[in-house]
Amino acid sequence: MNASASELEMRLGKPWKKPPFIQRTWLRWTLILGFFAYLIAAFMTIEVDWARVYVGLERGKQFVLAFTSPDFTTRSSDIYSGMLESIIMTVAASVVGIIISIPIALGAARNVAPLPIYLICRGIIAISRALQEIIVAILLVAIFGFGPLAGFLTLSFATIGFLSKLLAEDIESMDKVQAEAIRASGARWTQWINYGVQPQVMPRLIGLSIYRVDINFRESAILGLVGAGGIGATLNTAFDRYEYDTAAAILIMIIVIVMALEYISGIIRARVQ
Amino acid sequence: MPIRETDSQKIWQRRTGRESLSHWAMWLVGLMIFAYCWQQISQATTWFFVWDAPRIANDIWTRATPPKWDYIAQLGEPIWDTLNIATLGTIIALFLAVPIAFFAARNTTPSALFVRPIALLIIVSTRSINSLIWALLLIAIIGPGVFAGVIAIAIRSIGFCAKLLYEAIEEIDEVQVEAMTATGASRWQVMAYGIVPQIMPAFAGIAVFRWDINIRESTVLGLVGAGGIGLQLSASLNVLAWPQVSLILLVILAAVVISEWVSAKVRGAII
Repeated sequence: MNASASELEMRLGKPWKKPPFIQRTWLRWTLILGFFAYLIAAFMTIEVDWARVYVGLERGKQFVLAFTSPDFTTRSSDIYSGMLESIIMTVAASVVGIIISIPIALGAARNVAPLPIYLICRGIIAISRALQEIIVAILLVAIFGFGPLAGFLTLSFATIGFLSKLLAEDIESMDKVQAEAIRASGARWTQWINYGVQPQVMPRLIGLSIYRVDINFRESAILGLVGAGGIGATLNTAFDRYEYDTAAAILIMIIVIVMALEYISGIIRARVQ
Repeated sequence: MPIRETDSQKIWQRRTGRESLSHWAMWLVGLMIFAYCWQQISQATTWFFVWDAPRIANDIWTRATPPKWDYIAQLGEPIWDTLNIATLGTIIALFLAVPIAFFAARNTTPSALFVRPIALLIIVSTRSINSLIWALLLIAIIGPGVFAGVIAIAIRSIGFCAKLLYEAIEEIDEVQVEAMTATGASRWQVMAYGIVPQIMPAFAGIAVFRWDINIRESTVLGLVGAGGIGLQLSASLNVLAWPQVSLILLVILAAVVISEWVSAKVRGAII
């Protein structure tokens, strides 16, 4: 009692201090110092050619100005065909990717699938998620040749990893009681999935699918850089020729389409849930 | 749920006739769109190459295996560059994303009419353009190299970080803020003791999450000349040095897996 009173005396008049996140002092300081040492080391490795930057700033200004006067007309046929190809790749790849990822998601849900199938499906998901779109695109272009087919396959493959993983997690966390009720009525396996599982995960599937369409469109804009079709090729050419007004026009179109997709997906998700 | 009666037998149906008709019409339209898309893709494809694909894939595989292991000595510096691009890019992005997030959140924005739409526009436009495109653009402006990569990653990450952060700010407990205000705290004190501690875990989580994504993205930035291990990848691809390509892909895969593991561990410790 006495001790705590004197402690109180001691603390009176001292402002309150926030307790630190890491309690051990030496560990805290080691982490902080280590982090700053790394930052300095990292900064040292960046070589900036300031003369080059100075020259480039003029181009940067031109590019920013180009956004005020985007040029949709000079290369309108290139932009049109590139955009159309991007959209076509997005639609086709999303449809195929979603169709393939539903059975894989069922296989990757531990409460639906037996262990061997579960492991195979999880393996497919892991591979698809670990490999980046652009690297997959490079390999597929090497195998299938230039053109939108490689882009279509890349996006389908990437869709599988994304959609199956999230859908499988949703299936795993579903309400068991409803599914059991269907099973208890003597349903076959397909009927069990169709009436016990599907209605529970449908809103999530629709929401994720729309989100994935959005991602696929954004990705389709860069696949052209490695020759896999879409608007990326046109954009790359525009940058190479320093045609910033055309590049600005393409970027504005991408942003507008993404914003529109986001808006539409918001409406649809609100209606589904 | 309509019930149809034929021969005094009740048959349960999910939809009325009209509903199921419109349902089928919708599917038909969807199928037609898909068929059109497929036709377009198929037209733009040289099918001769596609039929040849198994042979080419096999050919590439035999060339690429085994990976050229001693090439790994030359990959140390590129991977260090990649790590730096991701980390510095993330740090710069976070510095820029914090004010934008506060401007975008409905409860902290200085002006919901003028400032908030601008902040939201920045968020959408930086997010919808891929880091490779930002890198292309920055290389035209500041020249190729690590610096362009850092800035590209930074710009690309602003939207993502700001979006998640402003959602966290909008979800804070207003009661704590009111309590702070009631004690007579100034605007900045409310910010420092009422709002910031509430969003700190979200902030740390976002930072690590984005760092993990940025490691992935910075591995391929070199394809357009913005530094990192992607430079080695594109150089090896250009000379068709498949054993080197396969080694670089393995290194990238390892970097991605390790960064994912680190980010999962750190997020587990914070949240």
